[in-house]
Amino acid sequence: MGNMKLKGKVHKFGADVNTDVIIPARYLNVSDTKELAKHCMEDIDSGFATKVERGDMIVATTNFGCGSSREHAPLAIKACGVSCVIARSFARIFFRNAINIGLPLLECPEAVNETEAGDILEVNLSRGEITNISKSTTFIAKPYPEFMMGIISAGGLVEYTKSKLKKNRV
Amino acid sequence: MGKTLAEKILGGKSQPDATAGDIVVATVDLVFVQDTTGPLTIRQFEQSGLKTIAMPGKTAIFLDHAAPSPTQQTSNDHILLRRFARETNCHIYDVGNGICHQLVAELFANPGDIIVGADSHTVTAGALCAFATGMGSTDIAIAMALGKTWFRVPETFLINLVGSFPQGVYAKDLILYLIGQLGADGATYKALEFGGESLARLTMSERLSIANMAVEAGAKVGLFPSDEITQGFLSSQGRSDSYKPLYPDADANYERIISINLSQLEPMVSFPHSVDNVRSARDTKGIKIHQVFIGTCTNGRLEDLAVAASILQGKKRHPDTRLLIAPASRQVLLQAIEKGYIHSLVEAGAVILPPGCAACLGLHQGVLGDGEACLSTANRNFKGRMGNPEAMIYLASPATAAASAITGEITDPREVVT
Repeated sequence: MGNMKLKGKVHKFGADVNTDVIIPARYLNVSDTKELAKHCMEDIDSGFATKVERGDMIVATTNFGCGSSREHAPLAIKACGVSCVIARSFARIFFRNAINIGLPLLECPEAVNETEAGDILEVNLSRGEITNISKSTTFIAKPYPEFMMGIISAGGLVEYTKSKLKKNRV
Repeated sequence: MGKTLAEKILGGKSQPDATAGDIVVATVDLVFVQDTTGPLTIRQFEQSGLKTIAMPGKTAIFLDHAAPSPTQQTSNDHILLRRFARETNCHIYDVGNGICHQLVAELFANPGDIIVGADSHTVTAGALCAFATGMGSTDIAIAMALGKTWFRVPETFLINLVGSFPQGVYAKDLILYLIGQLGADGATYKALEFGGESLARLTMSERLSIANMAVEAGAKVGLFPSDEITQGFLSSQGRSDSYKPLYPDADANYERIISINLSQLEPMVSFPHSVDNVRSARDTKGIKIHQVFIGTCTNGRLEDLAVAASILQGKKRHPDTRLLIAPASRQVLLQAIEKGYIHSLVEAGAVILPPGCAACLGLHQGVLGDGEACLSTANRNFKGRMGNPEAMIYLASPATAAASAITGEITDPREVVT
C-alpha cells in the first residue's frame, strides 16, 4: 500500500467519532466484513453505507476512532470501500488497529480545515501528500513513526508477521 | 533525570534506559481477550499461520460481554473461544465468572507487569501499578504468539491529589471531573500517573474505578504507585508474594502536572453523548430516569454495592425506574450476599444480573427503548452504546445512581443521605 495513489470523494465528520457509532456492538459477532460494512456509521449517518463509493475518503476533525478497542471499526470502514481516513488527530488504539489491518490514516489538521464534504482528494501515501483537486490545494501529512513503515508497506500486521515467519521460521 | 512509572515499567521489560518517545519491544506478563474481540483475534492468529501461543499460563480468555449468550451467533463465538482455549491450554473464564478487568485485578495483575488486552478498559489494572493497555485483535493475536509487543513510551501527566472526599463524593466523581477538565482527547497517547498525599486514603476499589476511565481522556495507561494499599489488596486476594513497592523517581519528568483538591469536588454527572460532557449533579433538576444500572468494570465492586445498598436499604425504587445491578465478579457477588447488600438491594426492587458486563454495551440484559434515559455507573455514554441510538445515557457514581433510583430523576446523593 506504500506507493498507492488514492483518489476519492470526501465524507466529512466532526470531533470524537467513536467506535460505537462507527460499528455498534450489536454487530461485533459478524465475521463477514461486507456485512459489517452495511452498518458502518449507521447510528450517526444512516445513509453512509449506501452512498459511500470505492475510493472515497473520510475527513474528520479530532480524536477520530475514540472508545473501544474493537478492530471491527477500521474493518467496517475499509470494507465500505473507504481508501483512507484523514483527521486532525486519531485515538491511540484505533490508529494501531487501522495500520494493522491496512487502512491508511493521515494526520493533517491543515487539510482537514480546508476540505469540505464532496471535494475530490488525491493522496500519495508514500509522500504523505494530500491534494484537494476541487480546490487546487496541496498539504503534507505528518510522517508515520519509522517503526510502523514496515507494517504499512507489508499491508498490515498479519502479512508482516507471515513474511517474518517465513524468513525466521519461528 | 529520574523516571516516571511508565518509563520504569516499560524499561524493566525492554531496555533499562527507555524514556518517553522511545519505541521499545517489551515482553508481556499477561495477554487477554474477551468474547467480542476474541473471535477476531483467533481468526487473525490462524490467518497469520500461527499455531502455538508463547505463554499459555499468561494468556486468558474471558466470556463476559455477552454472557450468557443472547444470540445463536454469539453462542457460536463462545464455542470458538472454548475450542481455542482447549487447543492452546490457556486460561478461560466462562460465563458467570465476571468482567475481565475485575478478574485481572483479582487474579493476575502485579506491580511492574505489562498487561495487554483486546479491550480498551484494560487500563483498569494500572491501579495495581501494572502498565496495562488496550489493543485491537490483530495486535493481541501477535502478542499471544510472540509473548511481546511494541510500545511507544508515553509522556506522562501527573495528577496530584490532595485533600479527602466530602460526604457523597466518590472516586467516580473525581475521574469524571478530571475527564471534563482534560476533554475526551486531552491525554491522547499519554500516561496518567496519580500521585499526592490523598493516595494513602484511596482504596484499591477506588483506584480501579479511576484507572479504568483513563482511556476516556484518550490516555494509554492510568498508573498508581505500588504502596501499602496495593500490598493490602494483593494479600486479600491470597497473592502477598506478588507485592513489590514501585514509585516514580522524585525528579521524574512530567509533561504536565494537574492538581486536584478532593475536598472541593461535588457529585458529577456525564451528560449524553460524550464522557467529557460533565456537570454537577446539583445542577440537574427534573431529568427523568427510566433505568438505573449499577455495575461494570468501573463501579461493580463490593464497595460500590455497599454504597448503593446503604442508600437503598429500607427504601423502594421509583415505580417508573427499573434498577439493574451486576456485580463485577463471582467473588464480589458472594461477598455482597454475605454482607446482606444483595438482600437490601433486591428488597428495594433491584434486578440482580449475573457477574459480567451486563447492560453496559447494549448486547443484552437491559437494552434501552426509544426516548428512554438511563443513569449508569459505566464508563461510556456514546450514542447507541446501550443498544439504541434513540436513548440517552448519563454516567455517575453508585451513590448518585442509587439516589436517582429512589426519586426517579437524576438526584444529588447528598439530598437523599443526610
